[in-house]
Amino acid sequence: MSEAGSNQRKMTMGASPSISIAIIGSGGAGALTTVDTLLEAASTAGWHGLFNRTMGPQIRGGEAAGLLRLAVHPVESLPDQFDLVIGIDWLNAHRFGAEIKAGPQTLVISDPRGGEPPPMVTKSGARVLEIPMKDMAKAIPDGRPNMIALGIASRLLGFTIEQVFAPIGKRLADKGPAAIEASLAGIKAGFSAADGIEFDRQLAAPKPSSARRWLLSGNEATALGALRGGVRFAAAYPITPATEILEWLAPNLAKVGGVLLQAEDELAAINMIIGSSYGGTPSMTATSGPGLSLMIEALGLATAAEIPLVVVDVMRGGPSTGIPTKSEQTDLNIAIYGLHGDAPHLVLAPQSVGDCLFTTQWATYLAESLQAPAIVLSDQFMGQARAAIDRPADVSFIGARVTATNIAGTYARYAMTANGVSPMALPGTPGGQYTADGLTHAQSGLPTSGAGDHLAQLDKRRDKLEKFNFGDHWATVEGDGDLAVLTWGSLTSAAREAVGRAAADGIDARLVAPRLMLPTLPERLSAALKGVKRVLVVEQTHGRQFHRYLRAHYDLPAQVRVFHRPGPLPITAGEIHRAIADWR
Amino acid sequence: MNVETRVYKQADYKSDVKPIWCPGCGDYHVLMSFSRAFAQLGLPPEQIAVISGIGCSSRIPAYTSCYGFHGVHGRSLALAAGLKVTRPDLTVVVASGDGDGYSIGGNHFLHACRRNVDMTYVVMDNHIYGMTKGQPSPTTESEFDTALSPGGTRMRPFHPLVVALASGANFVARCFSGDPNGTADVLVEAIKHPGFSFIEILSPCVTFRPDEKAWKDQVHAAPVGATDDPGKAARRIMTDDGFNIGVLYRGDRTPYQPATGATNFDLSELEKEFEI
Amino acid sequence: MSKTPGTPKVAVLNDLLAVAYQVEIDAVDRYKMLADQMETHNNMELVKIFRDLARAEGIHGEEIRRLAGDFDVAAHAQKIAKFERSDSPEEADLGSAHYLMTPWHALQLSLAGEERALAYFTSIVETAKDPKVKALAAELVEEEAEHVQLVHRLLQRYPKPSENWADDLDPPVSQE
Repeated sequence: MSEAGSNQRKMTMGASPSISIAIIGSGGAGALTTVDTLLEAASTAGWHGLFNRTMGPQIRGGEAAGLLRLAVHPVESLPDQFDLVIGIDWLNAHRFGAEIKAGPQTLVISDPRGGEPPPMVTKSGARVLEIPMKDMAKAIPDGRPNMIALGIASRLLGFTIEQVFAPIGKRLADKGPAAIEASLAGIKAGFSAADGIEFDRQLAAPKPSSARRWLLSGNEATALGALRGGVRFAAAYPITPATEILEWLAPNLAKVGGVLLQAEDELAAINMIIGSSYGGTPSMTATSGPGLSLMIEALGLATAAEIPLVVVDVMRGGPSTGIPTKSEQTDLNIAIYGLHGDAPHLVLAPQSVGDCLFTTQWATYLAESLQAPAIVLSDQFMGQARAAIDRPADVSFIGARVTATNIAGTYARYAMTANGVSPMALPGTPGGQYTADGLTHAQSGLPTSGAGDHLAQLDKRRDKLEKFNFGDHWATVEGDGDLAVLTWGSLTSAAREAVGRAAADGIDARLVAPRLMLPTLPERLSAALKGVKRVLVVEQTHGRQFHRYLRAHYDLPAQVRVFHRPGPLPITAGEIHRAIADWR
Repeated sequence: MNVETRVYKQADYKSDVKPIWCPGCGDYHVLMSFSRAFAQLGLPPEQIAVISGIGCSSRIPAYTSCYGFHGVHGRSLALAAGLKVTRPDLTVVVASGDGDGYSIGGNHFLHACRRNVDMTYVVMDNHIYGMTKGQPSPTTESEFDTALSPGGTRMRPFHPLVVALASGANFVARCFSGDPNGTADVLVEAIKHPGFSFIEILSPCVTFRPDEKAWKDQVHAAPVGATDDPGKAARRIMTDDGFNIGVLYRGDRTPYQPATGATNFDLSELEKEFEI
Repeated sequence: MSKTPGTPKVAVLNDLLAVAYQVEIDAVDRYKMLADQMETHNNMELVKIFRDLARAEGIHGEEIRRLAGDFDVAAHAQKIAKFERSDSPEEADLGSAHYLMTPWHALQLSLAGEERALAYFTSIVETAKDPKVKALAAELVEEEAEHVQLVHRLLQRYPKPSENWADDLDPPVSQE
């Protein structure tokens, strides 16, 4: 932005490393498109950014808010407060008003015909200015108020008209010149209307970087990670907020020689991928809490029959239907403990939009290598967020299943081996015929109810996971100090920011966030916590599931505090920072 | 290349695992029909996958020398679909029973018929849950008295053949286990027939339904041949005595096999949409 | 020529040798299968009886193989000796098996098989055109008649069990 120098004055006045904007509107006002456009313009100019959305329960025409944070550094958490809030209209905005934090530094632009801003905004001490966006749009043939809002935002943030118009032009290419013309006129009108408004929260210039950069959602990153890990079959049953993974995979799996089947329900989806993986094809499905509940029985089968597969659970508020469009970390218990019987399996959790790619790829690799099912616990916050990030590094984890070929003599599917992984005969291999079975079986695969075989196979399935060297990817361990913030999943980004802010205050703290949730690695965590006297556990649950999990499997120092809250309100870096600072 | 064609005998499809079925059970006959059919087709055992769920009939995979999967209750069709669309080179036969296939697996039955993946679905129907000691299944007569349904279920029995037709199965037949040769012949045809083939095999339960011993005197060849009109087939099946044996419907729907691209596609091409 | 629907075509002597051989081999397989079933269900008395019956039929099969001399009767049987509409005549009826069955029941199965074989070979005697076929078929009929008598004699040792032979004092076991 501002290469032309038009906004030089404001930039020097209040250059900030990060800035946040919320745009609110209902009834198809296009608030989300507006925010996405801003993100695209900013990312093209070299900033990092994160775009979350919050919505009402309607399929169309509901109230929606786009929450955008732009920064010179990688950013994957929400701000403590928004710098700029634009309300195209405020109809039912109180439903998520609590998510749009405002304060005396906040500038609120409100359409006088858009109703009253919710009390969370008006009582915050924010400065409210009125701009009649709807009326201004009416003055333009085919004009839309969100384009006025886009013009206002770009003027206040310091973008040129060209910068924000470029993505709109691309988007509207197939709608014809009239639509493009109307949008441009709207942006210009908004841009002029914002001229002269005092707004000193300006974004510092992006750091020059040669890194290739991507703009994508966590769900897209997850899907690409699966393909990179070797997945070539997916079974799909739609569920919010996981569907985008499957919708991205449908055309792209076909491009790479893979197949996607739409299942009649989650029970079918999980069993389809058991079948395809049994046939030798690395396979996955994606779901959310209610779907995971339906898949649990078959996950036990995959564990017993040693069938590799990946189930991505994009967590949402629960239990039951809960809050499908909002994030929570409350599927930890079912992912770890949901299976009946003693059923060792893999549970992994990505830590950011970009990490969705790595973790899903790694999960595929681990599942294939260890012939075990892997549950990947993503969540709505990063799954449906769009982020401008540095391109995730290429890693070499590609599904490596040990298969049995050239079989001479008797084949035993579940033969004891040094590492607990037995070569798997794929259908079509002469001499390898066996029946995969959920019944307790002997090394041959044949059913047995004998104590010896039962114990031997339980040991084998446990040991192959526990003896595996997971390397340094098992967790994020950063910083030093006698206080550790212990968190997981998408909260890792907010915690990292909080630890950074604490450091600026002179408080040394560590960030420890396991990426591998199961099998548990108690020695590794103890090493990561060496010298730590205080642990601040941070999690997005009501029932402190992560804390209880830590207590069950790991040694923690004597002083432990738990900062936890259920969805839908995300935990921010500021809140974690405060919890660190307050612990004296 | 000089490839020797191996001739397979019935015995080549039997494993040395001894069935746990009750002596007298119709499923022994079905097992025999499987090996007869496979031998007639001359399929190498390693090219066949027998997929099942839970129940007496679902024990059949391990009794064959083929690849097998004895999965969870009611989901064999889904598991088989995942296998077949990714491994179209295999011959996939799914084995089930009236509880596994029509009750807990009922929804998958409908959608497997609709999906029409090229596989053969064999349901050994004895009108009872055997593995759990004699509870009524979806095909149990409404007045049949059991511990779980004293005085009968008072529910109308399910009509699998008509449901299959209405849902789009591409081949529909009824067999009797006590006629293993006839059943083998129908199996051969069903396996060869493209798309989803459904065979309902009346297979008596000697333990919980000794009355079904009478079936061997009740079954008879269907008086008319198979039709390619599902409506006509459905009317016939709805009005017959339930003991017509033979192929009842042959359809010509194209089997479902999703199109897919080349496996050497460069994954980095997919990244382009994310690049800024 | 002898051909009733679903039964093998018996035109020449080698055909009949092959069919006679197959009839015995089928009976052996069936008895072994029943013996296995009884073994799984711990009815050890019946295991022995079915294995003995299998052995006896196997000896008959070997006799026919010897009778055929250099002719590969097994290979020819593979080609022509198919009973398409029913079990092969001497195969015991699988559907009549019961885990508590007694020797009397086993002998009833055996008797029925021998009688079916007798009837089958009798029908060949009646319809065969080839005198050599007719002559061998007649020999086979004689043999099967002896077997029938043998089973009748054995049955005197094993009288019919009481009505409650199938009573089980334990309930069935719920498996899955």
